[in-house]
Amino acid sequence: MRNRVSTRFCMAFLGAVLAAAAWSATQAQDLKSFEQRITVKVLPNGLTLILCRRPEAPVFSYTTFIDAGDVNDPSGESGLAHMFEHLAFKGTSQIGATDYAAEKVALEKVEAANDAYEAEYLKPVGRDEQKLAALKKAFLAAQADAEKYVIPNQFTAVAQANGAHDLNAETGLDDTQYFWSMPENRLELWAWMESSRLAYAVPREFYKERDVVMEERRMRTDSDPIGRLIEQFLATAYVAHNYGRSSIGWPSEVSQITATEAMAFHKKYYVGGNIAIAIVGDVDPRTELPMLEKYFSRVPGGPRPEEMTTVEPKQFAEKSVVIREQTQPFYIEGYHRPSFRDPDDAVYDAIGDIMSNGRVSRLYRSLVEQQQIAAEAEGFSPFPGEKYPSLFAFYAVPLPGHTPAEMREAIHKEIEKLKTADVTDAELQMYKTRARADLLRGLADDQGLANSLAEYQTRYGDWRELFLQLDRVDKVTKADIRRVANKVFVDSNRTSAEIDTEPPAATAKKDGGAQ
Amino acid sequence: MRNFNQSQDWVPQARGPRGQVLVRGVEVRILGPGKGPLIAFRLAAVALLFILSGLLSAAQHAKPWEQIPIPPLHAFHPQQPKRIELKNGIVIFLQEDHELPFISGSVLIPGGSRDETTAKAGLVGLYSQAWRTSGAATMDGDAMDDLLESKAAHIETEGDDDSTALSWDSLKGDSDQVFSLAMDLLFHPRFSAEKLQLAKQQEATAIVRRNDDEDEIAGRESAKLVYGVGSPYTRQPELATIGAVSLADLQAWHDRTLKGPLIVGISGDFDPVAMEAKVRAAFEGLPPVTPEPPRHDTFSGPTPGLYFIDKEDVNQSNVQIVGLGVDRRNPDVPALAVMNEILGGGFGSRLFVEVRTKRALAYAVGGGFGFTYDHPGSFRVEVLTKSVSTVDATNAALAEIAGLNTKPFTEDELKRAKDDILNSFLFHYDTRDKVLAEREKLEFYGYPADYLETYRAKLEKVTLSGLTAVAKKYIHPGQLAVLVVGNGPEIKPGLDALNMGSPQSIDITIPRPAGPPAPGGAAEK
Repeated sequence: MRNRVSTRFCMAFLGAVLAAAAWSATQAQDLKSFEQRITVKVLPNGLTLILCRRPEAPVFSYTTFIDAGDVNDPSGESGLAHMFEHLAFKGTSQIGATDYAAEKVALEKVEAANDAYEAEYLKPVGRDEQKLAALKKAFLAAQADAEKYVIPNQFTAVAQANGAHDLNAETGLDDTQYFWSMPENRLELWAWMESSRLAYAVPREFYKERDVVMEERRMRTDSDPIGRLIEQFLATAYVAHNYGRSSIGWPSEVSQITATEAMAFHKKYYVGGNIAIAIVGDVDPRTELPMLEKYFSRVPGGPRPEEMTTVEPKQFAEKSVVIREQTQPFYIEGYHRPSFRDPDDAVYDAIGDIMSNGRVSRLYRSLVEQQQIAAEAEGFSPFPGEKYPSLFAFYAVPLPGHTPAEMREAIHKEIEKLKTADVTDAELQMYKTRARADLLRGLADDQGLANSLAEYQTRYGDWRELFLQLDRVDKVTKADIRRVANKVFVDSNRTSAEIDTEPPAATAKKDGGAQ
Repeated sequence: MRNFNQSQDWVPQARGPRGQVLVRGVEVRILGPGKGPLIAFRLAAVALLFILSGLLSAAQHAKPWEQIPIPPLHAFHPQQPKRIELKNGIVIFLQEDHELPFISGSVLIPGGSRDETTAKAGLVGLYSQAWRTSGAATMDGDAMDDLLESKAAHIETEGDDDSTALSWDSLKGDSDQVFSLAMDLLFHPRFSAEKLQLAKQQEATAIVRRNDDEDEIAGRESAKLVYGVGSPYTRQPELATIGAVSLADLQAWHDRTLKGPLIVGISGDFDPVAMEAKVRAAFEGLPPVTPEPPRHDTFSGPTPGLYFIDKEDVNQSNVQIVGLGVDRRNPDVPALAVMNEILGGGFGSRLFVEVRTKRALAYAVGGGFGFTYDHPGSFRVEVLTKSVSTVDATNAALAEIAGLNTKPFTEDELKRAKDDILNSFLFHYDTRDKVLAEREKLEFYGYPADYLETYRAKLEKVTLSGLTAVAKKYIHPGQLAVLVVGNGPEIKPGLDALNMGSPQSIDITIPRPAGPPAPGGAAEK
């Protein structure tokens, strides 16, 4: 699984790469070389195609980047973007059913049956249990009827039989990404499949998939100590913005999302202007573009969805979460910071790097090596997203016998140093050098490059920003780091969360887990 | 960095099932069974399409994706590394790659955690940390960190169950210096007490935390069921055993393993003549290698039955169904690999379709035979399901395993499983680094260099009768162990409903060494 946090580091690093004047020219690494190999085409429906030729082997990788994620879930429907992402693997009106026309009618009956069941289920007073049972039975019958037309998992199975490799998708708070790699002679087949699921999605097997997603929640969040802690941490750090909401969805909400809601989300957000697709590998834009244009023109146009109005208000009081349970201790804290559009974006990356990158980083040298109180300690940002104002977070894993309180104190001492003294020239230079090299390393990976190109094209409106923003990275100064540290790392802007370990005997019996 | 990612995958990467096509019975459903051979059905469906084209979607019958041309793949001859065998038995691979200005390398050293003693379990883990952090005679580990990080370069060491390794990478311009530093670390390490202590603290942290994560418990304890608690493949470091490891042990381990048949691999933007001379110079002077004596482990597989570990803070059971597998030299591996795809390999697999898609009992479900290179792997099917459906999901998974012997494999299943494996086969060697890594692996385990090609040819020849035969030979539901990690009071109906007898509880209490407490006194559990 790719980590969005490291993706962001990569963005900044890219900038630094080409800024270095002393850099020796090589074949594959400068903007000019990329301009020769990259073709961008915006289709009449607004969808952007980015093709990058890298014929190292007869394969290609793609990323379809939807500029919508769980931050866009309507109130009461947390987890909706992710739920739709699961639906996008269920096939379309063209693939996945024996008789879509008949299935469509059957699916409408499923929806009606679910509506009737939910209406009774949600009655605040006077719910009729007998009626509810009958409605449930009717719903299950309608569902079984619709399933008669289904060819289970035909979409993904066809992809895999044609060599799809590392096929998956991710729904983040900011965006949704679909991706796989394939032999290059399947490019047209892929274009048919991908455009089909973007254009002709259907709510097939929706309610069973909802149960599958509930299992995903149990695995990632409910049954995982850090998963539980992070959910509470974010819910506490934010009071207004959706970054504070469970991204996989609160149980009561995910479990009641309807197919109608999922399809409405699709209609609103899966429009051409909200989608960028990058393809990297053994593909020739000159010959393939007309074919790609033909298929992806099937995606509906429609206006870009409206921008979100909610802005997280300034935090004016420190907040904290303490979970007392049998698991081992852990500490995390976060400070609100601006979005990726902020002029200081690169300064936050520099701070993260100096504090956390490798055995030379300040937190490692202090907490792990010198004080010997932690097994790991790092700071990172932006979290949990980048598109909107987010957090700069620090965490530490205590060694046996050490406490979250010690982690907190030690982290604060290191933060205080950032605020009161300049980082060294060597530290700043190290950041810029590593950034440059790490970026270059990433250019050799088709899938990684496809992700970056689609993301930059969406976030900045031009993939070249991947290279051009290096200017900002290169301009980061020691004074910038002090200024930003003093602005952001203040007590009233902090939210912390910790696990305090309790012995088994003292643990009160919980009422059935997190459900 | 820990993964605090807020993203959700559609399939969990860690257990990422790989899958195959599912196109079963389309025609049968449309026209009804028993009306003639499959070909006739297809023709009938196409004819119908022409007549009713205004009423029926073409997609239903004509399968538009099958009409898309698939041209021949562009010619591709993966570049093999140059192999050089020195007189002393050390093997060098050189893989040129001039796309980016980097050079990386590694030395693979036979001998790993399976070769350490039970009383000092964890030695290789400590060694592989402290080796690098202590540094070399000419430069200590901290100074090495400063130098390397300023150049965005790396030198790292790691340990595995059958080997340890030293690896490095840097920009081309720094590669001479980094190579010579790596050789210093290889030939003149300085194991320091301070860094061993640091490694012990890290390991102790992992030990006291090992029961926090349900998935970790399930993986670890099910492996113990397969190989045995004291097996060299599953024994775990304890606070007492890591406490017993000394600096002298690290040095002795190093001296012993460095005499073995090392494998050196270099890849990147170098001049082949100069690089060969440099690597030869570094390794040619070593005495002839002395391989470790071959291992004679015994593998009897699990004691069949039902096992349970109670975890009070979860609402999902992690069910592992395990048995002994085979090693890669076994001639049945190609057929077993195809059977894996059908059972639990991916989206069209029986487990995925039945347990996840049709019954919605799990997000994570899958499994099959694992193939290891020099000892039997394990057979493993896992399913993660909410507490109340533990029995249902376990039964559903067991039914698919048993079904390998009772539910005949179909031509469609065979075709999609083979298509899936063969059409994605080139992702084994689509980068030069992958080609190099594969060759090093084959060299390490003594497999022929053309193993992948012959394996592929054998996969192509797998037949239905071959599948039936391996299922009969290897699938014995009565010999499997079922481990459930979950929240006991929430599991209703209880595990008794599996009719496998009373579950045997496994005690996972972390042993505390007698005498003075571990550093700081770890919290209980």
